[in-house]
Amino acid sequence: MKPFSIRLEKRQTVSLRKQILNPILFVLLGLVLSSIFIAAIGISPFAVYAKMVSYSFLNLRGINGSIEAALPLILCGLSVALAFQMNLNNIGAEGQYAMGAIFGGSFALFGPSMATPIQMILMFLLCAMGGAVWALIAGLLKAHWNVNETIVTLMLNYIALLFLDYLCYGPWMAPKQTTAISAAIPKNLYLPDIAATKTNSGILIALVIAIALTLFLHYTTAGYQIHVIQRSVKTAEYAGINVKRYIILVLALSGAIAGLAGFVQVTGVVHRVQAQLPGGSGYTGIVIAYLSRFHPLTVILVSILFGGLINSCAAVQIMGVPSQIATMIQGCIMIAVIAGEFFNHYQLTFPTKEREWEVNE
Amino acid sequence: MTAFLISICTSAIVYAVSILYASIGEVFSQRAGIMNLGLEGIMLMGAVSGFLSVYYTKHLAIGILVVILVGALLGLLFAFLTVTLQADQTVCGMAFLIFGSGLSGFIGKNVTGVASGVKFETIEIPLLSQIPILGDIFFKHDLFVYAMYLIIPLSMFYIYKTRPGLILRALGENPAALDTSGINVFALRYAYVMFGCAMTAISGACISLSYTNFWNEGMTGGKGWIAFSLVAFSRWNPGYAALGALLFGGISIVGINMQVYLPGVPSQFYGMLPYAATILALIITTGSFRKKHTEEPAALCQKYDRESR
Repeated sequence: MKPFSIRLEKRQTVSLRKQILNPILFVLLGLVLSSIFIAAIGISPFAVYAKMVSYSFLNLRGINGSIEAALPLILCGLSVALAFQMNLNNIGAEGQYAMGAIFGGSFALFGPSMATPIQMILMFLLCAMGGAVWALIAGLLKAHWNVNETIVTLMLNYIALLFLDYLCYGPWMAPKQTTAISAAIPKNLYLPDIAATKTNSGILIALVIAIALTLFLHYTTAGYQIHVIQRSVKTAEYAGINVKRYIILVLALSGAIAGLAGFVQVTGVVHRVQAQLPGGSGYTGIVIAYLSRFHPLTVILVSILFGGLINSCAAVQIMGVPSQIATMIQGCIMIAVIAGEFFNHYQLTFPTKEREWEVNE
Repeated sequence: MTAFLISICTSAIVYAVSILYASIGEVFSQRAGIMNLGLEGIMLMGAVSGFLSVYYTKHLAIGILVVILVGALLGLLFAFLTVTLQADQTVCGMAFLIFGSGLSGFIGKNVTGVASGVKFETIEIPLLSQIPILGDIFFKHDLFVYAMYLIIPLSMFYIYKTRPGLILRALGENPAALDTSGINVFALRYAYVMFGCAMTAISGACISLSYTNFWNEGMTGGKGWIAFSLVAFSRWNPGYAALGALLFGGISIVGINMQVYLPGVPSQFYGMLPYAATILALIITTGSFRKKHTEEPAALCQKYDRESR
């Protein structure tokens, strides 16, 4: 018997305090990791972090900017989180977002003009539909022929992005433009800011969807059945739940939410359609959903933190830091927190001699 | 006309090789049951580390060594997360994608767009390059291409004809059975993931040290995803991967050239073809309407945990 040994034990339950402390600890670890790279190019990481926090979170303008940058991340994160409730890997939020922007954008740019509220609602529905249709392809293939949805949604991303690229370089390109952007959408389709704080009102849409999602998953029959399917498909089938229908439904809903990222971005932020509009939000959304443990409201919080990182990029660039710093820090934090997740399921124990003796008895 | 066809074939081979390293690496990794979605990020890390080391040392051999080392290190980290810590493979892949593209842009900022001065030169193989047409197409390339001529048959031989290859295939189908027969599942998965990542990094180096010979942020431009799609397209077989890579390469080269002859078809539509073809191939080869056993590794993307066996 070794005098000193470390053992890994599976945890049965994790206290709430630990559940909250664990990710915070590992986010800090991620920051330590990225500070190594920042220090390597000869800039003080503390100065960079201080500047980032003060720019993004310590004043109203900064907070508004962070929220605006977080909007597409929130919706993509929610989309992924919903699909995961049934163990479906929807990594196609990026493409569904693009499709949403294409459907909604075609209406905003070329549709007839109507009363503002009707036009707004139609645009909203079209964006959701664009995302839903795109996810539905993967949903139908998965439900009927059990084709791997991870790979199909991924492939569909690129088809959607290239199509968006084609539209913005081709038929939709604004006259007298050299970059791939469309003309601005009509002024009445601009999403208004919240009057008191000048915050982008897209955050309200995101909040409503997150709350609706929470209620749907916890307080409806469908939500309960989805939960059963997540735990065991066989049990669900035995209980007479139509699993195929749920695969299609959940993926379509998930796509619709990702499509709405297109809605908030086009009507609330850029006010036009442009090539590379999603810019990786769909992929970041996957990790955000995971970091938030698939809780819709936590997704919002984590997204705003990530939005702050993106938002403060310009501020630290003045210090001579490359603009890729935001992506780099995101990556470091993600890897650290993913590693930390392990300790929510396992714990390190240091068995003493006496305890082992007890066990042997 | 012959010259035109030869140039298309040659370009298709160069393109194919630049994604094949990553694809074959990923075939091994997925055959072992680990799906690495972060190919694009790892390729970028390979591209930047290779370029940086060649830029400062002016030695190609050192560059390749660094690239393999960086790839293997990233693979070690990936295997640690997915095999030891049993984290979700999809999420890990995404994190690596973001980490790799961010970090590569970050550390390569200073050398963006400058020439390294040293690159892999074209070597004409004596005698063989004298064969009319075929010699021009196949034997006037750089070392990356010639090495690939060896890697394709070797990897096929390894997977299908050797005992370690049999174990590799079992690793992705039924790791529990292997574990029972006394084979260290964890160590083998580590090895194959590290091998896969090193190969992926070489793919990146192939782009920055031979294909373009400079470094630019995000320069792989989606090749990592093409390489990833190729794995499913080729039914996890390096030989089919080679054919598929030539096909994808051909489509992309022809797409660029066709702009001149068929201006009506936008170039983006040629770009979509590989992805659409992969979806089709995936449906045909793995759809459940088939009665035959699919080539898709059964334990792909599933964590192996002894305690919940």
